[in-house]
Amino acid sequence: MSKQNTWLYTDTVKEHFINPKNLLEDEENYQEDGRGMVGNIKCGDQMLVVIRVQDNVITDCKWKTYGCASAIASTSMLSEMVKGMSVDKAYKITPEDIVRELGSLPSHKIHCSVLGDRALRKAIEDYYERTDQAEKIKQEHVKIICQCMNVTDKDIADAVKKGDRTYEELQFRTKLGTVCGQCKEKAERLLHEYIHLYT
Amino acid sequence: MSIKQVYMDYNATTPLHPEVKETLNAAFELYANPSSMHEFGRSVRNRLEHIRQSIADFIGSKPEEIIYTAGGSESNNTVLKIITCARCGGLDFGQGRSEIITTSIEHPSIIQTAQYLESLGNTVHFLRVDKYGKVDVNHFLELISEKTALVSIMYANNEIGTIQDIKALAEIAHRYGALFHTDAVQAVGKIPVNVVELAVDYLSFSAHKFYGPKGVGVLYAKKAKPFSALIHGGHQEAGRRAGTMNSLGIIGMGKAVQLMQTEMSEITPKFEKYKAKLKAGILRRIPDITFNGHPEQTLANTLNVSFHGAEGEAVLLYLDLEGIAVSTGSACSTGSLEPSHVLLATGVGPELAHGSIRFSLGRETAEEDIDYVLEKLPSVIAKVRKMSTVYSGECK
Repeated sequence: MSKQNTWLYTDTVKEHFINPKNLLEDEENYQEDGRGMVGNIKCGDQMLVVIRVQDNVITDCKWKTYGCASAIASTSMLSEMVKGMSVDKAYKITPEDIVRELGSLPSHKIHCSVLGDRALRKAIEDYYERTDQAEKIKQEHVKIICQCMNVTDKDIADAVKKGDRTYEELQFRTKLGTVCGQCKEKAERLLHEYIHLYT
Repeated sequence: MSIKQVYMDYNATTPLHPEVKETLNAAFELYANPSSMHEFGRSVRNRLEHIRQSIADFIGSKPEEIIYTAGGSESNNTVLKIITCARCGGLDFGQGRSEIITTSIEHPSIIQTAQYLESLGNTVHFLRVDKYGKVDVNHFLELISEKTALVSIMYANNEIGTIQDIKALAEIAHRYGALFHTDAVQAVGKIPVNVVELAVDYLSFSAHKFYGPKGVGVLYAKKAKPFSALIHGGHQEAGRRAGTMNSLGIIGMGKAVQLMQTEMSEITPKFEKYKAKLKAGILRRIPDITFNGHPEQTLANTLNVSFHGAEGEAVLLYLDLEGIAVSTGSACSTGSLEPSHVLLATGVGPELAHGSIRFSLGRETAEEDIDYVLEKLPSVIAKVRKMSTVYSGECK
C-alpha cells in the first residue's frame, strides 16, 4: 500500500510529528531565561515554549503542547530553527516562515502553526523583561485579527486609508480571512469602525 | 516494511461483505434504466421491487413505505424539510405547527439541516441529554406542545453508541400530534429495528454502515403521513424522489440486508466479548481515562474513551502510524480544535471532549486485533501525554 504518499502532511511534517524535537521533559529543573505560554485548553489548544539565551543568542528552545499534529510538527520545526539564532531575529519569525520550512501545511491547519510562534514571542518578551531590554518589546498596540495570514488591526486601518470599503476588497489586499475564515465577523466590525473613523 | 493493519472504524463505514461483492460482480450487466418500459428495464425494475419487499420485511414496513435514497444524509434532509411544505398531507405546518424538536447529539445532517430551517423562520429546540447521552425526557416534555410539527431523535449515537428509548419518545410526540422521525443510520444492521414496534413515522438508514455499498440508503415514510420530495423532476419512487434509480447500489443494499438478517445476532456476542476485553485491557494498562456513553444501553461494537490530557487528533495519527484506524469526535478543521459536540452535550469538560477516541468493531474484527491495539495504545498515549501541557500524571 502506498501509505507514504497518502499521508495527510508532507514528509517533513510527518518526520517532526513522529520524532518531535526539543520536547520539554523535565520542566521542573529546566533553567529557562524566557517562558511563554499561550492558548487555552477551552479553545482546544495550548502551547508552552521556554528558551535559554546566552549573549542575546538562543542556545536552547524547548516546548510542550496540548495540540494537534500540525501544532506538534510546526513547533518542533520552530524549536530547531531558532537554536543559534539571535533573540532579536527570532522575535521576527512569522508563521509563514515556519510553514515554508515545513514545505507546506493543509490550508485549514496553518492556524495551528501560529500557536508555537506566539508562544515563542511571549518567551522572548519574557526574556527581554528579565534582562532590562523591555524597550525592545513591540509596544505597538496592534492586535492580530487574522491569525492564519497574520493580519493586524493596523493593517486593516491602513487598508481603509488606502481606499478599501468592503470585506472583499480587504480580503483581496491583505489576504485576511482567506484560510479558516474565523476572523470574518471581527474584521467586518473593524472595517466599519475604521471607515467611520477615517472617511 | 509492512505493518499490521487494524481497521476499527466501522461506525464511519464498513467494507463490502464478500457476498455483497459477489452479488455486485454478477450484477454489472444490469445496465438498463429501471424506469424503462422494455424488457431490459422491466427485469431490472422487478429485481429492485423484490428488494424493496425484502427491506420492508426487514424493518417491518410495507414496501410502498420504502423510499430509496442516496444515503442517510439525504434521508435526514428529506424528512426535516417536509415541514417547509406549507400544506402537506393535511398538516398545516405554516400556521399552527412550525416547531422542530431534535437533540444536541444528532449527526450534522440533522443539526445543520435544523439550523437551516431555523434560518427560514422555524423554531428549533435542541434537547438536552444526560451524562450517558440519553435524552432528558423532562426537557422533552417541557418543550413539546401543540406547536411541534416534527420530532427527530437518533436511534443510536455514532460517537458514543448510546441507544435511545425511541418507542417511548415517539409515543410522547404522538400524544401531542407531532410527527416522529428517527435517524437509525447507526442502528440498522447492528440492533433489530422494527418500525411498527417503534411506532415511528419516518426512519433513515444507510447501506454502507452494514457492509453494503456507499451512496445508497432508505427513507421509511409511513403511509398517509405528510411527505414532500427533496429532489424534484421525476416519477421515480412514486414521485417522492426523482432521479434514475441506483440499481447496483440497491442490489448491493438488498444483499447486505439479507445477510444482516442472519448475521447480526451471530456477530453481536463477539462484539460484546471483544469490547469487554478492549475496555478491561485499556483500564489495566492506561491510567486517567473515562469511558463515554451509556454503560449498558449502547451499541455492542462501539467503545468511546477519553484519555485525559491527550489530544484526540494526535492520538489518532500516532495510531494511524501503527496501522490502527480509529476516529476522534473532535476535529481540528476550521482553525481551532473543535471538541466533540456529542461529548460536550453529555457535560464532560472541553479537555475530555478534545481527547476522545472511538473504537468501533465489525464483522472482520479478530481477537488479535484487540491484542494489537492493547499492545500499541499505551505507548501512544504516553507519548502524547509526555508532550502535553495539561497532563502531569493525574487528572487536573
